[in-house]
Amino acid sequence: MSAVTTPDPQGDIVSTPSTTHADPRSGLPDAPSGVMETVGLNVYYGGFHAVHDVDLAFGRNEITALIGPSGCGKSTVLRCLNRMNDLIPAARVEGSVNYHGIDIYGPKVDPIEVRRRIGMVFQKPNPFPKSIYDNIAYGPRVIGMQVDNMDDHVERCLRQAALWDEVKDKLKESGYSLSGGQQQRLCIARTIATAPDVILMDEPCSALDPIATSAIEDLMTDLREDYTIIIVTHNMQQAARVSDRTAFFTARPDETTGNRTGLLVEYDKTSQIFENPRDQRTEDYISGRFG
Amino acid sequence: MSTAAPPTDRTRPDQIDLTASSPRWGEKAIVGWLFLCAAFSVLVTVGIVFALVEPTLEFFSRVSLGEFFSFDEWAPTFQPPAFGVGRIVAGTLNVTFYALLIALPAGLGAAIYLSEYASPRAKRILKPVLEVLEGVPTVAYGFFALTFITPIIRELWPTFLPGALGDPPGIFSAASAGLVMGIMIIPTVASVSQDAMSAVPASLREAAYGIGSTRMQVATKVVVPAALSGIVASFILGISRAVGETMIVLIAAGATPNLTLLPNESVLTMTAFIAQASTGDIATGTITYYTVFAVGSLLFVSTLVLNMISIALVRRYREAYE
Repeated sequence: MSAVTTPDPQGDIVSTPSTTHADPRSGLPDAPSGVMETVGLNVYYGGFHAVHDVDLAFGRNEITALIGPSGCGKSTVLRCLNRMNDLIPAARVEGSVNYHGIDIYGPKVDPIEVRRRIGMVFQKPNPFPKSIYDNIAYGPRVIGMQVDNMDDHVERCLRQAALWDEVKDKLKESGYSLSGGQQQRLCIARTIATAPDVILMDEPCSALDPIATSAIEDLMTDLREDYTIIIVTHNMQQAARVSDRTAFFTARPDETTGNRTGLLVEYDKTSQIFENPRDQRTEDYISGRFG
Repeated sequence: MSTAAPPTDRTRPDQIDLTASSPRWGEKAIVGWLFLCAAFSVLVTVGIVFALVEPTLEFFSRVSLGEFFSFDEWAPTFQPPAFGVGRIVAGTLNVTFYALLIALPAGLGAAIYLSEYASPRAKRILKPVLEVLEGVPTVAYGFFALTFITPIIRELWPTFLPGALGDPPGIFSAASAGLVMGIMIIPTVASVSQDAMSAVPASLREAAYGIGSTRMQVATKVVVPAALSGIVASFILGISRAVGETMIVLIAAGATPNLTLLPNESVLTMTAFIAQASTGDIATGTITYYTVFAVGSLLFVSTLVLNMISIALVRRYREAYE
């Protein structure tokens, strides 16, 4: 289906030395280390086949972008990676999603434990209607995380999300008092407050203006040092700018029903996808002839 | 536009008339009617205040404030009369307290279940049933209390409780009236709270789930605080219904103006007094007649104060998500 070779199960342990992160793209290993991978992932909403047979591996300390036209199932795939699709009653997942070799859809897996390790940032900024401080402190509190000093922890998270200087004097104000871009950085700070391993971002900039978008993109590049990031984006330039690897999805209409099923067309290093795509559909999409 | 427009613009008509083609009297009449509809309840409230003020002032010209606001004795129809309204205020508080003890936790619990846990199918069945309960006439609840709940309470009363609390209640008791009143109020609290909780955007729940919150954490730490204003409104509505409820207390709570908060005694509430006094032969101009208005005013003012306190509380603590 794609250029992915199934990674060595130990791959993430002997993964790329961190020195390569100065210029991650040149030092990028050919195959992702496989912090997470999907194997034969199929998603159904009731009788509707939303995603067909997706095999993907996501590398540690890499940003992986999922791109493709509307309805290609990229958000659906993303939401499968921390079992957010469980919240949709009719959704059904087949195949497996492995996190460090453990199938998160396995029988004894608790979706709440999964989400504590695999956090999510959403399309529209959705801070809690609580103070800026409590937005950050919420996660550590609910998961019972041992934090020596919550004030320091809140500061650290806000600094990591490049928001501290803008909010340090109004931590008691509502998260809704911030601008859209600040709210989204608050949401990112809230996500990293529980020290997840992987951060999923579902079109995190689509509701933001270009300046706020650029701030978030810079932030993602910084966060790559510590986290594995998987981002869905409509914006091809964004994928090209920030991601290390890109997966291109498209939608194939069903011959009888006309329902469009998403499938993975090509997955490779971002430079490869944008400069030298193997598949005609990828080339059509990135050159703007389609989608 | 003007600088760019060529001198001979053929798309432009000779004359442009932007005045209204008709005065639209019909619309104005409808707007006036709609305004009257909206103003109606305000006018009625003002009317009630006026109706209450004069007889209440008359009452206080005959009975001193000190005599009225006391707990001494309540016997406005006796000779000599006594007007210690504290007795029937206590009766109202007594029944209201036990009603809320049932209604607030059960109503909020039902709302959380319906909004956060119930499957669509469970919701389809439970919600209409709850709403039917809201429509049961209160007189039916009153007889339910007297003929069904009272015998059960008398049978099952925990007599091991210390002191006077251990005595099983008689035919009329605050416990029976309060319990049934609580049951009556559950749907009000549940329905209004659930609407407020269901209105909390799904994106906030997703955010909480995305961090690894459990369902209970999402419900109690995110949804309930965000819906707090609606939930408090439902509580206030419940309290107002309890304070103002008449039939149940009239039938099941008895008519003894006991100064007590014990559930196993018979009490007289403010509303029950008004209903009782008004159904008898009550002559205009008698002191009993004016007492009814004085108690009515007190009820009116206390509900008003309750509403104001709750509005202030909501402003202070609500987590606005817009």
